Amino acid sequence: MKKGNAAPKKKIKRCREDVIFDTVVFIILTLIFLIVAYPLWWVIISSFSDPTAVSAGQVIWRPIGFTLKGYSMVLGDSSIVRSFINSIVYTVCGVLANLAVTLPTAYALSKDKFAGKKVVTIFYMITMFFGGGMIPTYLVVKNLHLLNSMWSLILPGCLSVYNMIVARTFFKTNISEELYEAGEIDGCTHGKFFFKVALPLSGAIVAIMVLYYGVGHWNSYFSALLYISDQDKFPLQLVLRRILITNEAALSQTATSPEAKKALEEMKKTMEVMKYSLIIISSVPVLILYPFIQRHFVKGVMIGSIKG
Amino acid sequence: MKTKNKNTGTIQPKRRSFWKQLKKDWSLWTFCIPGMVLTFIFSYIPMYGVQIAFRRYNAKAGIWGSEWVGLHHFIRFFNSPYFSRTMSNTIILNLYGLIVSFPVPIILALLLNSFRHAKYRKVIQAVTYAPHFISTVVMCGMLILFLSPSIGVINTVIKMFGGDAINFMAKKEYWRHLYVWSGVWQGMGWSSVIYFAALSGVSPELHESARCDGATKFQLIRYIDLPMILPTATILLIMDCGGILSSSFEKAYALQNDLNASVSELIATYTYKVGMLDNNMSYSSAIGLFNTVVNLILLTIVNKASDKLSGTSLF
Repeated sequence: MKKGNAAPKKKIKRCREDVIFDTVVFIILTLIFLIVAYPLWWVIISSFSDPTAVSAGQVIWRPIGFTLKGYSMVLGDSSIVRSFINSIVYTVCGVLANLAVTLPTAYALSKDKFAGKKVVTIFYMITMFFGGGMIPTYLVVKNLHLLNSMWSLILPGCLSVYNMIVARTFFKTNISEELYEAGEIDGCTHGKFFFKVALPLSGAIVAIMVLYYGVGHWNSYFSALLYISDQDKFPLQLVLRRILITNEAALSQTATSPEAKKALEEMKKTMEVMKYSLIIISSVPVLILYPFIQRHFVKGVMIGSIKG
Repeated sequence: MKTKNKNTGTIQPKRRSFWKQLKKDWSLWTFCIPGMVLTFIFSYIPMYGVQIAFRRYNAKAGIWGSEWVGLHHFIRFFNSPYFSRTMSNTIILNLYGLIVSFPVPIILALLLNSFRHAKYRKVIQAVTYAPHFISTVVMCGMLILFLSPSIGVINTVIKMFGGDAINFMAKKEYWRHLYVWSGVWQGMGWSSVIYFAALSGVSPELHESARCDGATKFQLIRYIDLPMILPTATILLIMDCGGILSSSFEKAYALQNDLNASVSELIATYTYKVGMLDNNMSYSSAIGLFNTVVNLILLTIVNKASDKLSGTSLF
């Protein structure tokens, strides 16, 4: 895109309107950049700063009084560490289950000769537009005795129709029918073909699915809020919710008398920095994968947009 | 199949029999079975179970044993003060959100596409995508910290200029703005990806020839880029309009507190509270079912209208 435009730009002089236009674009984009980046930067510097400086509102551009107090407090809290481990287990198991269900379905639906294609597609399309809702689904989970079990977070919503369509489009455009026919002549069945030929050629889509589903599992809290009541089994997001959101409301409500206010202020100071560190730590898995994620996620959107 | 018919000259049914097809495709069917079984259990059985919306659900008696009360729960909901409150809150919030968050990604994609510095553009893209991957809880937590009256940056700045700290989360008049604009902050970059992809499909020759004819950069956007992304934009608008009554539970619930409940109580959060906290399952199912049906009708209407007006439709 850029390169294509570069050549004529040299030939045709930028008129005055274009210069104004370029400047305006530059200013607007820089503003957007700052608006998006600043809150993220602020959380990072606050997490490394001295609690007193943070609560005095001095931390604005750079960390003040570098300390790792917040981080050591987070790592010393057993409920946070446990929920972190829970979340990792849920995410890994969840993604494996997602892949085991999504990829074969996508493969089958990518075959034009598959007689059941239409039936299966309609079967899934209906679920996109109509559903039983929160309570009837909850009752099913309850009747299957899945409450307070990891499976209640994994099995419902095991197959996301949108992701399946992305994978199907990928198979359709990248695994040619001729390839299968060549294998078929040599006696290759669909099962063998899928595992030995199609999957090894589909590293990109597997990565996209892992990331789509993985980030989804890591970040969701609604199903855990519904199905998990045992504190030992809480995923990280529920613990985060308790510390970041519910706690805040409780503190601001109880701070009425002056003495209580002072005691709360002291507690707040240390608690506050811990919150920033907690935000950073909870985002670490996603942050590490971010360069990866960004590329593959964008690829996924592109594949999805072909279908429209 | 067809050539075989010609060769033998016999009249055969065009379609193979059901069993023959099943036999031919059995391996592909087995590929589909795990997903279909799970979807059946967790999507279709609840659709059947939604009939508790018409019954007075009793856990001991089960779905079938519970007493049939017809539209009782629906009528009760329509007559309750929560009906107009949650409905109007949901509609206002989503309309506001739609008006703001629909054009912003389009503008961002157009600006990025006509931006001259490729490296800086990559940086801007990487940063604006990032908030999309932050979880709802963390985003809301950040928002609360950022706006906190005691330590938040916004209030520090207000105090610097001699103003009084504002407790944003406790003031209901700010709630909708906070909800919508934090959504823009989080989603703007990511939603622009799809438009940016559509724009990279515009052939450079088109731009070049327009430049040769003396078009300014603004005219390039107006007459080439914008028409190119219009179909994509229409599809996305249809989908957004269809969801005008479906609100994100996670975010609304996380940002909700007693002080802003009069504007932040949405259909989704009310359904949750009635069903899970008050244990009023039938009533909650009725509200949920009502919401789903209205959504479905809305989506169909918007889709039809768009089909008539612009020829673009979802189905």
